[in-house]
Amino acid sequence: MADKSEMQVKALKNGTVIDHIPSDKLFKVVSILKLDKIDSEVTIGNNLTSRLMGRKGIIKIADRYFEEDEINRIALIAPKAKINTIRDYEVVEKKIIELPEEISGLVRCVNPKCITNNEPMEPCYRVVGRSPLTLKCCYCEHTMSQEEIKLL
Amino acid sequence: MSAKSLVSISDYSKEQILRILDLATGFEACPNQRILEGKVAATLFFEPSTRTRLSFETAVNRLGGKVIGFSDAATSSSTKGETLKDTIKMVSNYADIIIMRHYLEGAARYASQVTDIPIVNAGDGANQHPSQTLLDLYSIRKTQGRLEGLNIALVGDLKYGRTVHSLLMAMKHFPSTFYFVAPEELAMPAEYKQFCRDNGIKWHETSVFSQEIINQADIIYMTRVQKERFTDLVEYERVKNAFILRNNMLDNSRDNLKILHPLPRVNEIAQDVDDNPKAYYFQQARNGLYVRQAIISSLLDLV
Ligand SMILES: [Zn+2]
Repeated sequence: MADKSEMQVKALKNGTVIDHIPSDKLFKVVSILKLDKIDSEVTIGNNLTSRLMGRKGIIKIADRYFEEDEINRIALIAPKAKINTIRDYEVVEKKIIELPEEISGLVRCVNPKCITNNEPMEPCYRVVGRSPLTLKCCYCEHTMSQEEIKLL
Repeated sequence: MSAKSLVSISDYSKEQILRILDLATGFEACPNQRILEGKVAATLFFEPSTRTRLSFETAVNRLGGKVIGFSDAATSSSTKGETLKDTIKMVSNYADIIIMRHYLEGAARYASQVTDIPIVNAGDGANQHPSQTLLDLYSIRKTQGRLEGLNIALVGDLKYGRTVHSLLMAMKHFPSTFYFVAPEELAMPAEYKQFCRDNGIKWHETSVFSQEIINQADIIYMTRVQKERFTDLVEYERVKNAFILRNNMLDNSRDNLKILHPLPRVNEIAQDVDDNPKAYYFQQARNGLYVRQAIISSLLDLV
């Protein structure tokens, strides 16, 4: 049985649907994927009712498909997101987000004496634990627990 | 972009570590060789460390190379707001290799990514100081004839002491048994104990610097216990004399025992230990010269 909230946004012919985004992270997802800078049609629904997560956000992007590396950049903020690839109104592929081995940018290193907090440069982290999430700075080698992870 | 660099001891495999130690043995036998003739090494010390800088500069000079650089950030362009990247790129135009010390952690890693000449990390904040680790390994192998199967006691500040952390990381290649001897407030952090478990390194932990530990040790590696590391000053007063090594404590120690210390010491090794043939910390510092000669000539592909 179709979830009624799904119908609040019009159907997509070709493109990508990103579903199950936490409502408070939706616009962060938009900026990480640079959806505010593309020309194709983007439909955003937010604060929709979700049985799984209470409230959720959904983004439909017409005529745009994402490489795995590209979409996985949102793993830190929307770990439960589901990616549906649509061709001719049909879902031809369903993917779940996977945390990459290495994360560039996005996160501020917890160590104030880290070079990344003192030079105009992009930080970089290795994912050394998945549950709970643990990141290790590629520069100062500090490890950060889930609670310490702050987005830039 | 990075050429061969030495940023962290974990960048080196077991074979690379042993190669440096073997090369250092050669430099100890013959420290004056003109293999760096025509080469320029830059020593960029954004944070002063006379001891380390003199050791590296002596290494270059004895190999016939020339040295340029600065000995603290006050005389460098970084005080004028220049980024580290720009400083490194500028110096890369003049030098064949950069030896750098920086107060920010990760600085050497970043430097190695923005230049195509080798970077030697001579200390980045509390993070890494790989030439110290290599000279520690060299000293252990030289005095014991091997790196495996030893009883090694690490004593003092095991929480903040980066030299003992790096030594542990390197010793994953050489199975030995460790004794972590530290006041509770300065105990070995959990992540390093986990590292030992993951890499099959045997270890025991105690807050008592006992005669039993001293008597069975092949190596005792002493570190400073600094007052400013304690949150509880009552605790500091209680333990400050409990981690001092005195000559009479060595009466029943093994014949092959050697005492190591990264220097400078404060009072954790009593002066009366200095004349004991088991005291090795001054020779250990001298070994730094040969190890640094090995590092530099290896990174420049001259050996
Ligand atoms: Zn960092």
